[in-house]
Amino acid sequence: MEVFLTIVFFTIFWAAVAKYGPILFTKQPHDDLVRCIFLLTAVVCWLFWLCCYLAQLNPLLGPKLNGNTIRIIASSWGNPIKEG
Amino acid sequence: MGDMFRSEEMALCQMFIQPEAAYTSVSELGETGCVQFRDLNVNVNAFQRKFVTEVRRCDELERKIRYIETEIKKDGIVLPDIQDDIPRAPNPREIIDLEAHLEKTESEMIELAQNEVNMKSNYLELTELRKVLENTQGFFSDQEVLNLDSSNRAGGDNDAAAQHRGRLGFVAGVINRERVFAFERMLWRISRGNVFLKRSDLDEPLNDPATGHPIYKTVFVAFFQGEQLKNRIKKVCTGFHASLYPCPSSHNEREEMVRNVRTRLEDLKLVLSQTEDHRSRVLATVSKNLPSWSIMVKKMKAIYHTLNLFNMDVTKKCLIGECWVPTNDLPVVQKALSDGSAAVGSTIPSFLNVIDTNEQPPTFNRTNKFTRGFQNLIDAYGVASYRECNPALYTCITFPFLFAVMFGDLGHGLILVLFGAWMVLCERKLARIRNGGEIWNIFFGGRYIILLMGLFAMYTGLVYNDVFSKSMNLFGSRWFNNYNTTTVLTNPNLQLPPNSSAVGVYPFGMDPVWQLADNKIIFLNSFKMKLSIIFGVLHMVFGVCMSVVNFTHFKRYASIFLEFVPQILFLLLLFGYMVFMMFFKWFSYNARTSFQPETPGCAPSVLIMFINMMLFKNTEPPKGCNEFMFESQPQLQKAFVLIALCCIPWMLLGKPLYIKFTRKNKAHANHNGQLTGNIELAEGETPLPTGFSGNEENAGGAHGHDDEPMSEIYIHQAIHTIEYVLSTISHTASYLRLWALSLAHAQLSEVLWQMVLSLGLKMSGVGGAIGLFIIFGAWCLFTLAILVLMEGLSAFLHTLRLHWVEFMSKFYEGMGYAFQPFSFKAILDGEEEE
Repeated sequence: MEVFLTIVFFTIFWAAVAKYGPILFTKQPHDDLVRCIFLLTAVVCWLFWLCCYLAQLNPLLGPKLNGNTIRIIASSWGNPIKEG
Repeated sequence: MGDMFRSEEMALCQMFIQPEAAYTSVSELGETGCVQFRDLNVNVNAFQRKFVTEVRRCDELERKIRYIETEIKKDGIVLPDIQDDIPRAPNPREIIDLEAHLEKTESEMIELAQNEVNMKSNYLELTELRKVLENTQGFFSDQEVLNLDSSNRAGGDNDAAAQHRGRLGFVAGVINRERVFAFERMLWRISRGNVFLKRSDLDEPLNDPATGHPIYKTVFVAFFQGEQLKNRIKKVCTGFHASLYPCPSSHNEREEMVRNVRTRLEDLKLVLSQTEDHRSRVLATVSKNLPSWSIMVKKMKAIYHTLNLFNMDVTKKCLIGECWVPTNDLPVVQKALSDGSAAVGSTIPSFLNVIDTNEQPPTFNRTNKFTRGFQNLIDAYGVASYRECNPALYTCITFPFLFAVMFGDLGHGLILVLFGAWMVLCERKLARIRNGGEIWNIFFGGRYIILLMGLFAMYTGLVYNDVFSKSMNLFGSRWFNNYNTTTVLTNPNLQLPPNSSAVGVYPFGMDPVWQLADNKIIFLNSFKMKLSIIFGVLHMVFGVCMSVVNFTHFKRYASIFLEFVPQILFLLLLFGYMVFMMFFKWFSYNARTSFQPETPGCAPSVLIMFINMMLFKNTEPPKGCNEFMFESQPQLQKAFVLIALCCIPWMLLGKPLYIKFTRKNKAHANHNGQLTGNIELAEGETPLPTGFSGNEENAGGAHGHDDEPMSEIYIHQAIHTIEYVLSTISHTASYLRLWALSLAHAQLSEVLWQMVLSLGLKMSGVGGAIGLFIIFGAWCLFTLAILVLMEGLSAFLHTLRLHWVEFMSKFYEGMGYAFQPFSFKAILDGEEEE
């Protein structure tokens, strides 16, 4: 569900960039050059983000960390190591 | 469509200009800069053209301007640089005035120069004379002492001897210092030791009146006996270019002569100074106007050169010119011609005829300051054929983006943005820099490209989560450590299992934990390779689809079915399917499933699966795993491969067979004399405005198919087919450079961190602070020099190749020639660059 909402959010965001970007950017929003530029930008940025997101959706391997790194992560990122 | 989607429509125009209005009309056209004239006098050599006399006059004016300019620079006067308010070409009355003015100025300059040389010669001679008179004082004093000693020694008994010794003669003069020793040796020889020479070097150099160079000289006096020796000595002095000066032996006479010479020197110096002032004033006055005159003469010369391309129609008494004009600019040209006629009050207007032609027009893409850089990138590969799709429109975004995929780093991208933004925001001021050098001109010309490359690099840097090789934890890492304290302490390395440690997905970009992981390269390589193939295949599909736009525009509808469809099928069924497999693998295989064939250990390699698909091979899967990702995949893959293989003969034979068929039909139709128009449309040729049969034959020749023998057509199509099939495979592999350069950039950045900056951060104490300061400077230097400049250039060149070869080879012909309008602005810019 969270995954679906994230994808929908970013898709809507970049669609809005493609549609309303020319209007906000220039006084001639119907200029084909400007529209083409914003549309292409939205498509490539959205696809780039999507590939990165999907690559991490179902990771097939986990990060290998050394002990010092784990302890630093525990103290810095608020993820304490369990006692025992 | 827009103004960059394809090149502008061009019209071949014939213009009829009245002779009296020809000059002003062409002047107006040169100001507008949207007309490319054709040479109608190709068979006439340069010296027989109509306006050769006028061109020679312009050459003479240019020579005078260059001479005056040289004199101005010699005096160190700075010429004003004309940026605004560029003058127009002069009208005939102004030409006469300008000619007279330049003539007068040049004559005045030459006269002043000649007078100055003469006066400087006089000045030099008088100066030398003064030096001789002053320096010989000591010589003659010594001589008198000698005479007195002689008298005393004689005692009075030997009066005759004393008188005889008193008759020593002498010559005095000035010689160049470098010749003194040879001169002295020669005198000694010819007189066999009977000449007494005294010399004194002058401390300050004298100026050569002709060249102005400083020359060091020496004053000399030669004492001798007898007239014969005197003549010999004078000859030697002449041979050594020594200047001889009269010098009285009497002290009183010398004093008087020195006074006279000094007076004359003062007078001459005053006159020289006044002459110099006059010259400076003349040059300063001229230098204000000289740049304008230079521009005016250049424009005038360009106009007459252009008029030489025209034909003179004797019967109608008018000049006929042919030119290419963008169709949208026809009103501008009409107005220019009207203005030209109105300027001279011509009663008969000049007019413009649009001619139908089968010739290939020049290619003109209207650009602005933003798109010019991208258009230049495309034109460097090849100028588009007339009305062909212009890839520069899409290159505005795909170029910076693909660069950013390779260069992705938020910090380095920020540096590019700052540099590009500086050039863009200050472009009005920076555009005035004339002598910035070739490298600066390239950077400034591409300032919008640099700005966009920087912006996209910042975006891809955010997604890669890479800031100078470090990550940011903006949204909270989704990987959690589940090991307890004992496990952490006893194991030097621990790998977080994806089925229990990963909770959710990092929403934007790469999870920061990967930057800290020892196995990040494995993960990032897998991700970036897939990314490269996905973008590469999409880029190529886009390129192939562009060919449909070209086919539609040129009405080659048959090529859509015979070329585009098999090409796109081949590409999509093989490599599009590969992209699909990548996405499918991302979705279906995960570490949490209880279905063993979809666990990470069973995830097949997309590449191996693709190779097996092409070679109809099988690989034994690990135990408990399925060889294929989904049901019916082997059948689907076989079908795809077989269809793709069928596309090859489709590409190979479809078009030649179609041409063969249409030729037979066309021959039959021509024989019957019916359905000619329909056959033309069916063939897909562009219908011509005129229906003459001669034009039809030319039209066939223009498209290059009707005249070719069938064997040539088969060979041509075979080459195209082989090229497409092989290049589809190699170009897909070529896009992997996106991954390779991205990896190289990231690793170089990390090396700089590990080996340079972190060493400074580990130091301590006062020495550590100083060391860190120095090391930070070194780190900055390396970052700019290696990572931004060298890596940036490398990524730029690879992006350029991906566009020129991988993308544009799918649809681009590039067989056009550029539209080069007659434009004063282009002429003046070109002159300044030289």
